[in-house]
Amino acid sequence: MEGAVVLLDFWPSMFGMRTRVALAEKQIKYEYKEEDLRNKSELLLQMNPVHKKIPVLIHNGKPVCESLIQVQYIDEVWNDRAPLLPANPYKRATARFWADFIDKKLYDIGTRIWKTKGEEQETAKKEYIECLKLLEGELGDKAYFGGDNFGYLDVALIPFYCWFYAYEQCGNFSIEAECPKLIAWAKRCMQKESVAKSLPDQQKIYEFLLQMKKAFGIE
Amino acid sequence: MSKAELLLLDFWVSPFCLRVKIALNEKCLQYEARPEDLFGGKSELLLNSNPIYKKVPVFLHDGKPLCESTIIVNYIDETWSSPPLLPPCSYGRAQARFWADYIDKKVFDACGNVWRCKGEVPVEAKNEFIEILKQLEEALGDKDYFNGATFGFVDVIAIPLTCWFFSAEKIGGFTVAEECPKFSSWMKRCLQRESVAKVMPEPEKVYEFVLMFRKMQGID
Repeated sequence: MEGAVVLLDFWPSMFGMRTRVALAEKQIKYEYKEEDLRNKSELLLQMNPVHKKIPVLIHNGKPVCESLIQVQYIDEVWNDRAPLLPANPYKRATARFWADFIDKKLYDIGTRIWKTKGEEQETAKKEYIECLKLLEGELGDKAYFGGDNFGYLDVALIPFYCWFYAYEQCGNFSIEAECPKLIAWAKRCMQKESVAKSLPDQQKIYEFLLQMKKAFGIE
Repeated sequence: MSKAELLLLDFWVSPFCLRVKIALNEKCLQYEARPEDLFGGKSELLLNSNPIYKKVPVFLHDGKPLCESTIIVNYIDETWSSPPLLPPCSYGRAQARFWADYIDKKVFDACGNVWRCKGEVPVEAKNEFIEILKQLEEALGDKDYFNGATFGFVDVIAIPLTCWFFSAEKIGGFTVAEECPKFSSWMKRCLQRESVAKVMPEPEKVYEFVLMFRKMQGID
């Protein structure tokens, strides 16, 4: 398991944050390389020629792409500490199902919240809350999605929390009012050092989003 | 293990259901494949077992439901370890998951963008589909299977989609054999495996289904 670890990333990326959190949970030292997505590095294009996207995890010179695959890889390689996926195959399949649900839904619907206005935006807000409510259902009364311990699904979802404030500002709504249990869970996660040091400040995310909106010509 | 303990809610032409059947066959497991009537009315069991997506496949192991074909195949591999579908080393597994994810994101939709076309198929749609197969050819390299010397996870994920290619070929006016000969050889190799051959529908039958579907959707 020894060997250089490099992460090619972009600071506001929820997907990159997942990998940062996983690496921090396992206390793995790594080199963080910030990418300019308008001017992607040779290294990025070489290491992820298929998608040309961040995050890319490079371990001993070999690339692993796609954030959830990276989290699983980190969990398998550094399997002597802070297990992320549960041991039981059915629980693992359930965690993967919900992580896949997050991937299918949250990013695209969230994007529609800040990119659109009027009725389209209202629909996006409603759909986003519905997704979060389903996730609240999966959380139930547990401290974490992983049960008593922070795990794979917690890692998959927590990065989206730092974007909530930006969406709320753009959409003029409160996620906490609709999903108090989920916000309580998120605040619990934020008390963990691995999470707190991996997620950017929500105000910075909002400022970044305002810049993006300007670039897209959206008011 | 008695048949009733392993139940698959199925639809004969679904490549996603085929993935599960092939995985179960590879593990020499007995199971019941229960057909769902996706057009007439989905069963209570399906709607209760997969309330989020209401789709097939749903795999029930001792009554506990699992959804999403790639996740189901992963579960089958972890629960019944022999023969293994995923490679033993972590990096190999990450690579296998990457290509399974690529196939999931790209192949069925690109194929559909060809066979769903009304009238002449735009060259962009054909090219996009071929480019994706060429990318997979590159991933395959000189190996017999995506997994290496033996049939494995990525092969299970990919091969079911290929019974839909004939429909794209007929409607798009091209052949995979001509455009991607390596991929075509890999297809033939997989189709020789009993686990695959005994469940894959004839491409001509899939084409009949596609034509019926096109009529239903008002394309033809």
